[in-house]
Amino acid sequence: MSERKTDIGPPHYEQFLPPIIKENYGKWKYHEIPEPGVLKHVSETGAELYSVRAGAARLISTDFVREVCEVADKFCDGYLRFTSRNNIEFLLTDKGKIAGLKAELKKAGIPIGGTGHSVTSIIHTQGWVHCHTPAIDASGPVKAVMDDLFEYFGTHKLPAQVRIALACCINMCGAVHCSDIAMCGVHRTAPKIMHDRLRHLCEIPTTIASCPTGAIRPHPDKSLKSVSVNEPKCMYCGNCYTMCPALPCFDAEKGGIAILVGGKVSNAKSAPAFSRLAIPYIPNNPPRWPEVVAAIRNILIKYAEGANKWERLGEWINRIGWEKFFEVCDIPFTFQHIDDYKFQAYDTYRTSMHFKF
Amino acid sequence: MSKTPLLDQLESGPWPSFVTDLKRMAAKKPQVKDLLAQLERSYQEKITHWKHGGIVGVLGYGSGIIGRYSDLAETFPGVEHFHTMRINQPSGWFYTTKALRGLCDIWDKHGSGLLNMHGATGDIIFLGTRTENLEPCFAELTANGWDLGGSGSTFRSPSCCLGPARCEWACYDTMEACYVLTQEMQFDMHRPSYPYKYKLKFSGCPNDCVAAVARADLSIIGVWKDDIRIDQAAVKAYAGGELKPRGGATPYAKLDIKADVTDLCPTHCMSYDGKKLAIDNRNCNHCMHCINLMPQALRPGTETGATLLLGSHAPILEGAQLSWVIQPFIVMESPYDEFKELNVRITEWWAEHGKNRERIGELILRLGMREFLEAAELPPAPQQVRIPRANPFFFWQQSDFDAEAKGRKYYTREGFDVE
Ligand code: HEM
Ligand code: HEM
Ligand code: HEM
Ligand code: HEM
Ligand code: SF4
Ligand code: SF4
Ligand code: SF4
Ligand code: SF4
Repeated sequence: MSERKTDIGPPHYEQFLPPIIKENYGKWKYHEIPEPGVLKHVSETGAELYSVRAGAARLISTDFVREVCEVADKFCDGYLRFTSRNNIEFLLTDKGKIAGLKAELKKAGIPIGGTGHSVTSIIHTQGWVHCHTPAIDASGPVKAVMDDLFEYFGTHKLPAQVRIALACCINMCGAVHCSDIAMCGVHRTAPKIMHDRLRHLCEIPTTIASCPTGAIRPHPDKSLKSVSVNEPKCMYCGNCYTMCPALPCFDAEKGGIAILVGGKVSNAKSAPAFSRLAIPYIPNNPPRWPEVVAAIRNILIKYAEGANKWERLGEWINRIGWEKFFEVCDIPFTFQHIDDYKFQAYDTYRTSMHFKF
Repeated sequence: MSKTPLLDQLESGPWPSFVTDLKRMAAKKPQVKDLLAQLERSYQEKITHWKHGGIVGVLGYGSGIIGRYSDLAETFPGVEHFHTMRINQPSGWFYTTKALRGLCDIWDKHGSGLLNMHGATGDIIFLGTRTENLEPCFAELTANGWDLGGSGSTFRSPSCCLGPARCEWACYDTMEACYVLTQEMQFDMHRPSYPYKYKLKFSGCPNDCVAAVARADLSIIGVWKDDIRIDQAAVKAYAGGELKPRGGATPYAKLDIKADVTDLCPTHCMSYDGKKLAIDNRNCNHCMHCINLMPQALRPGTETGATLLLGSHAPILEGAQLSWVIQPFIVMESPYDEFKELNVRITEWWAEHGKNRERIGELILRLGMREFLEAAELPPAPQQVRIPRANPFFFWQQSDFDAEAKGRKYYTREGFDVE
């Protein structure tokens, strides 16, 4: 057997760049978006690169990848890339081939869009397909929401771009906390302690240390060699379960989805911002989560109607005020909306007379 | 009758259906058939059926593989083991079809044939294989030039926007920086030796297309120091409606330069008299708004580099943080020595003082910015804060008094006072 290779790192990107990019690397002058889903980049040398952006599920098969490869061979000399939001970009230089490429994608059921003032693909996590702590599935709600908002994927109808994201539990692997609209799976049940298993499976000090709110204590009955959970202090994060499998905190009936809104990452006009809680809980309703779909559509429509040109969702809310946002979207304001988690809470309390009735 | 009536309802509608895609794989792969059946169970019961546990990996590595076992292995033997492999992506996520097909061949042979292009960290995610397939799969991957990415308490696979490969706004070569740092950090990526995860993300400009500010411990965001380049003729063309705002990607046919651009400039450093656009560049805060709206008229300047921001992570444990500025400007040019050295100082300080599962941003909040800045050998700078403190509860160290005695302007450690 040949020597075992390790630590070689990823292949160098240059071998994957189409010739036009190698020739114009760092020389791009400007871009246009002649139609939804089609980007045209023009170099100082006059060279023109076209990128056709297409949406895909995040969970895909090698069959699908091979299909996409066939399209890229036929129209793009075998060059393509993916965006940070799981979109596929077909790279080509011959403008004449765009129509054929679009037709081929259409035939394959692959939508074109995700540019400019659109709703692009939803960043999301694994859910019931692969993770041990989700409250909800990921691919399913994403599919349901994208079906509903499909008209916004291939158009530029909105006041600004709208980024949607989903995380299936509050660990928020997908970093959904800076999205225009974020769905976040939430548990609402404190862990059930399986004392018999805990004794054998878990190390008590690390289990106690895992809890961000300090809700876990050694069990008063020392002979149990177990822990107790102060339920009112528990925020159902599942950290303890990650440390100790004898502390499951799932509850089929109480789990659900929270909606947070108004975050962004770019610096354009206003600074990057966190998403803030809009709806603390919507029941977990597979396979198509209709209440979640409706809630997101409602917020999107109200935003599209109310926002000024170029205003991101959070910028619109900051202008009108959160109290107006709740009124306009007809969302009830609850105790859950008022932050009481650690040091960031105070920052959110209003210390001025600047508010509306 | 269908065995997956609930999932079947996700086959209709215009958005591509993962169920339809998985079903055709299920026809070839028994493990995918079982995956769908188990997923259907989750849809019925509203509960996950994956267990946490079982340390798995490839020889010599402590990361790159995520162990996953079904809790219904007796009913669905195909998903008894369903481990994930994280394959480190190439910079900018560019591929040739030849390379992609090669990856598909390897994964069809050794795994379920299901994947994500890409996971949230940036890696290619191969979803679902058995323990005994890991080593052969890894051998074939490395033989073809691929390697595993990071997981657990390691240096995670860095990622970057496509930068100079296609974007006129890139203020440094994100693709190369990402590649060089990934290669540099191979040891730390594959052998967990940090308190927790540590991520780098490279964005070429303040639009931050890879969300570096929100999801990288160290965010490297491109910026320029000199003047925005203006093509006045193109500004006129935008004003006249010959050029469409944002390259055409909006519902708006024509720009009103005053209302849409100069009035919305957050620093009010622009003006337009109907003929000429003027920018007071010393007062521009690099927000990108005007450039985004008029890509044919405006471009970042040519004295470029990056701002380093540190500390972002998702909400667990102390609440979410965005990265904050630690070094307002750094030249990012190969071989990136200044950056590499700083990166080492940061990770060494964190490795020494960080508690288990304490991200660097949380450690700084616990020990204080001064501790950190001194360890990283970074001077205090007004760009690091939004506003100074509003209380007089600050501390003095002997070094401050020493500096004062020597008549230095800033009461800081030797070497820091630049003025
Ligand atoms: C017309 C100007 C813009 C162009 C041509 C552009 C181009 C791109 C491209 C090519 C990507 C994919 C990057 C990658 O895969 O690495 C991307 C992503 C992204 N852009 Fe922009 N961008 C523009 C403006 C903006 C603005 C103004 C913002 C924020 C306000 C923004 C936020 C993002 C974000 C969050 C992503 C994440 C990934 C994605 O959506 O694919 N972009 N952009
Ligand atoms: C037995 C096999 C185990 C496997 C396969 C495993 C796998 C994983 C994986 C894949 C993650 C996510 C890491 C990432 O984000 O990349 C994780 C996270 C974690 N695991 Fe485990 N784990 C195992 C055992 C344990 C044990 C025994 C403990 C504690 C005693 C533990 C504590 C944690 C903690 C605290 C995290 C938090 C997330 C992180 O550090 O990234 N794990 N584990
Ligand atoms: C106790 C805390 C956490 C645990 C137990 C945990 C666990 C996990 C596990 C098990 C996975 C693998 C999912 C799968 O493929 O099955 C994962 C993925 C991931 N985690 Fe976490 N995680 C934790 C916190 C976080 C945090 C705070 C972040 C972000 C800052 C994060 C970012 C990620 C990312 C980016 C991935 C890849 C997700 C994807 O590509 O789908 N995790 N985590
Ligand atoms: C060690 C710290 C401080 C000491 C020893 C101190 C001492 C004092 C004293 C002796 C007074 C006059 C009280 C009186 O009129 O009876 C006062 C008033 C005041 N202090 Fe402080 N103070 C401190 C910190 C602060 C801080 C941090 C703030 C605000 C951020 C603050 C805000 C005020 C205000 C607003 C007043 C009232 C002023 C007025 O009546 O016009 N103080 N403080
Ligand atoms: S968000 Fe939570 S449930 Fe979803 S993949 Fe991450 S850790 Fe798992
Ligand atoms: S679920 Fe989270 S908050 Fe609740 S006990 Fe476990 S670690 Fe603590
Ligand atoms: S971050 Fe800036 S340089 Fe990078 S792709 Fe986005 S707009 Fe271009
Ligand atoms: S980049 Fe932003 S701050 Fe600078 S001139 Fe343009 S709009 Fe104003």
